[in-house]
Amino acid sequence: MARRIGVFVCHCGVNIAGVVDVERVAEEIKKHPNVVFATTYQYMCSDPGQNLIRQKIEEENLDAVVIAACSPAMHEETFRNVCKDYFNPYRCEMANIREQCSWVHDGKEATEKAIKIVKATVEKLKENEDLLPILVPVEKRCLVIGGGIAGIQAALDIADAGYEVILVEKEPSIGGRMAQLSETFPTLDCSQCILTPKMVALSRHPKVKLYAYSEILDISGYVGNFTVKILKKPRYVDEDKCTVCGDCEKVCPVIVPNEFEMGRKPRKAIYIPFPQAVPSTYTLDREACLGLAPLTCAQCKDACEAGAIDYDMQPKIVEEKVGAIIVATGYNLYDKNKLVEYGYGEDDDIITSLEFERMLSASGPTQGKIIKPSTGEVPKKIVFIQCAGSRDRQHMPYCSSICCMYTAKHALLYKHHVPDGEAYVFYIDIRATGKGYEEFIARVMEEERINYIRGKVAKIYREGNKLIVCGVDTLTGRRIEIKADLVVLAMAIVGKEETKEIAKLLKVAIDEGGFLKESHPKLKPVEALSRGIYFAGCCQSPKDIPSAVAQASAAASKVLALFAKDRLEKDPLVAVIDEEHCSGCGVCISVCPYGAMTWQNGKAKCIEALCEGCGTCAAACPSNNIEMRNFKDEQIEKMVEVVI
Amino acid sequence: MKEDFEPKIVAFLCNWCAYAGADMAGTSRLKYPANVVPIKVMCSGRVDPEFILNAFEKGADGVFIGGCHPGDCHYVNGNLRTRRRVKMMKKLLEQMGVNPKRLRLEWISATEGAKFARVIKEFVEEIKELGPSPWRERR
Amino acid sequence: MEGKKMKNVKKKIAMYWGAGCGGCDVSLLGIHEKLLDLLDEIEIVFWPCAMDIKYEDLEKMEDKSIDIAFYNGAIRTEENEEIAKLLRKKAKLMVAYGSCAIEGCVIGLANLYNKKEIFEAVYLKNETTKEKILPSRDLPEFLPYLKTLDQVVKVDAFIPGCPPPKPVLEEALDALLQGKTKFGKEVALCEECPRKDTKPEKIEISKFYRWHEKEDNGECFLAQGIICMGPATRAGCKGECISANIPCTGCMGALPRVRDQGAAMLSAIASLLDVEDEKEDEVIDSIKDIIGTFYKYSTAKLLPRGGMKDES
Repeated sequence: MARRIGVFVCHCGVNIAGVVDVERVAEEIKKHPNVVFATTYQYMCSDPGQNLIRQKIEEENLDAVVIAACSPAMHEETFRNVCKDYFNPYRCEMANIREQCSWVHDGKEATEKAIKIVKATVEKLKENEDLLPILVPVEKRCLVIGGGIAGIQAALDIADAGYEVILVEKEPSIGGRMAQLSETFPTLDCSQCILTPKMVALSRHPKVKLYAYSEILDISGYVGNFTVKILKKPRYVDEDKCTVCGDCEKVCPVIVPNEFEMGRKPRKAIYIPFPQAVPSTYTLDREACLGLAPLTCAQCKDACEAGAIDYDMQPKIVEEKVGAIIVATGYNLYDKNKLVEYGYGEDDDIITSLEFERMLSASGPTQGKIIKPSTGEVPKKIVFIQCAGSRDRQHMPYCSSICCMYTAKHALLYKHHVPDGEAYVFYIDIRATGKGYEEFIARVMEEERINYIRGKVAKIYREGNKLIVCGVDTLTGRRIEIKADLVVLAMAIVGKEETKEIAKLLKVAIDEGGFLKESHPKLKPVEALSRGIYFAGCCQSPKDIPSAVAQASAAASKVLALFAKDRLEKDPLVAVIDEEHCSGCGVCISVCPYGAMTWQNGKAKCIEALCEGCGTCAAACPSNNIEMRNFKDEQIEKMVEVVI
Repeated sequence: MKEDFEPKIVAFLCNWCAYAGADMAGTSRLKYPANVVPIKVMCSGRVDPEFILNAFEKGADGVFIGGCHPGDCHYVNGNLRTRRRVKMMKKLLEQMGVNPKRLRLEWISATEGAKFARVIKEFVEEIKELGPSPWRERR
Repeated sequence: MEGKKMKNVKKKIAMYWGAGCGGCDVSLLGIHEKLLDLLDEIEIVFWPCAMDIKYEDLEKMEDKSIDIAFYNGAIRTEENEEIAKLLRKKAKLMVAYGSCAIEGCVIGLANLYNKKEIFEAVYLKNETTKEKILPSRDLPEFLPYLKTLDQVVKVDAFIPGCPPPKPVLEEALDALLQGKTKFGKEVALCEECPRKDTKPEKIEISKFYRWHEKEDNGECFLAQGIICMGPATRAGCKGECISANIPCTGCMGALPRVRDQGAAMLSAIASLLDVEDEKEDEVIDSIKDIIGTFYKYSTAKLLPRGGMKDES
């Protein structure tokens, strides 16, 4: 029976109607076969807009509708929910005349294109089948990748709700960047003091399975049913036996830089990255060790009374099934070697903000003393440079969000350590948008008498014992030259290389800064485009600790909502084979990336639960014997026909 | 004559990257010519060479396919299959006497609104240069 | 009762040879002794290849007096076109017999070139042509491009193949004599392929071989990297060529849902490629003649009005 289609054209205020002649679109589409009704309205997505659709479906006896409005990514669900009371939701389609029309074109052209887009959508809708979602079971366990504050918070929230969490951390200990910080702005809490209780809580939580010193090798599956392969790197130290007595470390003859200390402090080949590490155990660095195979030195093993050291430990690959994944892989600092204007960071006395954090830490390389690394003296003049690599077209164009705040904190702490010292801060703008942040900045500027200079540093060079910092004060126009002892660069925050690898496995997009792309920048900031994958912390964008924690809890709540159902609804837009006319050529079976196409009695058969609906098989089938539900060949060809 | 020629172009955009990238171009209000009409498919791998020929037969002057960057395909490798099909299709078009530039495949991620606007602009310019499709005079 | 009476009336049959190799005419004899049964049911009223008859005799026949007209060969000359139209007028059922009539076949590849290029190649530049004379007088005009039968007249039924293989022909003749115009298999050759059981779980092609470039190991040709049109070609021939260890080239034409056999197979072949990125171009370029490979029989359908000329 011929469909009775209604078309509802949204003004979206002036967003659409300001460019597209919406009345004309409605008039034109009324002439299209099967369209029995068309109208326009201010905001279709509003309650009155939705009610209008309901009312017209009843009055006009409509059995399918097209909503010509924004991108289906925005409101497809909204409108399908409206229609659900009357007919199958697949009888509702959206025509994107905002993002892909009114926002990018002008005047008459925009109207003409809008008409084409709506026509094409009507053509597709005509042949849409009524479909019901495919139900798939949910594995109610969550994988959290990354054990920094965001990962820890998300894991604890989910575990506290009673669901199992698998937390995978690449480093020997969880804790992440927050464990490296000295104090946190604006309250000056000791970072480790507030973090370590959470680390311990996590490691003791009965619902949490912690894989530290482990990496993700592979992720397959889909929402509710992911399979994750995890590589457990050998520590060569038995976590359960190690008592952290430190005897092994004393005898180890190899010294290498400690990554946790940003290389500013040495460690042995067998080491614990920091005293509060979780899991609390030593790790033998295979790369640094004199040699495990053949064994050339066994001093640590000889010294270990607990018998925890096992040189024969092998890497292990474990497989875990999870229903949801939270990515919380954190950030790196931009490579200071790329900053030519600051001497490529080669000078010992030009350090990064994280190096300065370690310097401030009581457990750090200097036991909390601020020194000039080249001489060990106390620096009397210190220059902080904000936006080192951020807000800079030659480097990273974006604002790294937290540098204004931590630089103020650094300057304050410097003044507390060196009361007779002089501190200068070069800045572009001061961005202090969090709670209590502006007050903190004001306090630093006024009470601590820090010299804030609005301007960029053009060059730093060494003159004897001093670093000459040349810049311009853009407020006065004066050139400035400071003979500094120490320069601290507030480096841009960038995504990690490892995050890129994870993103590849998850098929998630990454932006130029190396940050994960969320589903919607405003309304779905913690969700990936693919269902069942969520982001927390700085892997998504630079942010401070409260924001990272908030995002982690948000991601956890998304996971909990997912786990609240026993079965998930899976998109029914799968491949359908006409088995009678299948010759069994095997092309679809060969191309399906999910193994959803299988052999059965010499013909192909589609396993719907595995099919993700990409349609590669349909395009490849040389008999045109595979149709994609609601993306049928004839639908697409009809759409093409009406847009040309 | 080429001056007033407004080419008709069909763009097959994959749902996860190119379509989202086109949305991004919209959100960023980046203008590009209206000659291109988008048709959403779930994956660029859905684009059957028969769709391409059909589009030309129906009167398209150019066919654009937008997919995820290699390695980022939401469906593992559908985009690679498309790349191979497009390469062969270009050879076919050439042999038919059609300029293979009329068929263009681009990788556009969900964040690359600016790239989407840029390549569409470029493609429309290129097709304007080439003039109407040779199929047109046969209809 | 009516049926019984009908049976005694022999069906009037015509067969015409258009532009083609003549293999189709011979193929009718390929049904062997079945021909004798057939002759009980039919009366051949027009078959220039086998009987002495003139076009004017055909013209004199009453319209629709022929029950079934079989047209083999493509339409390349004015004469071909004229007879096609005449036969259509005289026949109740018009049947495209063989690949040439249906989709242009191998000679359809000539649509890649214009008349001038074709004449030069055949009559002037060909090494074996001693006298360089272009045909001119008293010959039917050579059309600017080759046409298939259905591009000229309405066609009621199609008997595929180059030429139609015995099992296909037998089924077609039985059906047509009963007045049925739909017959033949609607599934691809792989279904009846003698090598079907040698197909691997997944077919992955890392290099293309031409048929003579590789020692045949007896497995599915595609799995060996040899392009076989079987997956995109109608079944019915029982894999005659495959039985002779030759890959299918697609003479039986496209499956019912496929409009373009070449594109369908091109898509399948491209999709089966499994090569490193750096080698991709090289492997794809190793198919030197895309049209000759994928459109060996259907170029006239791909280029119904000859090769295209894209400006610039």
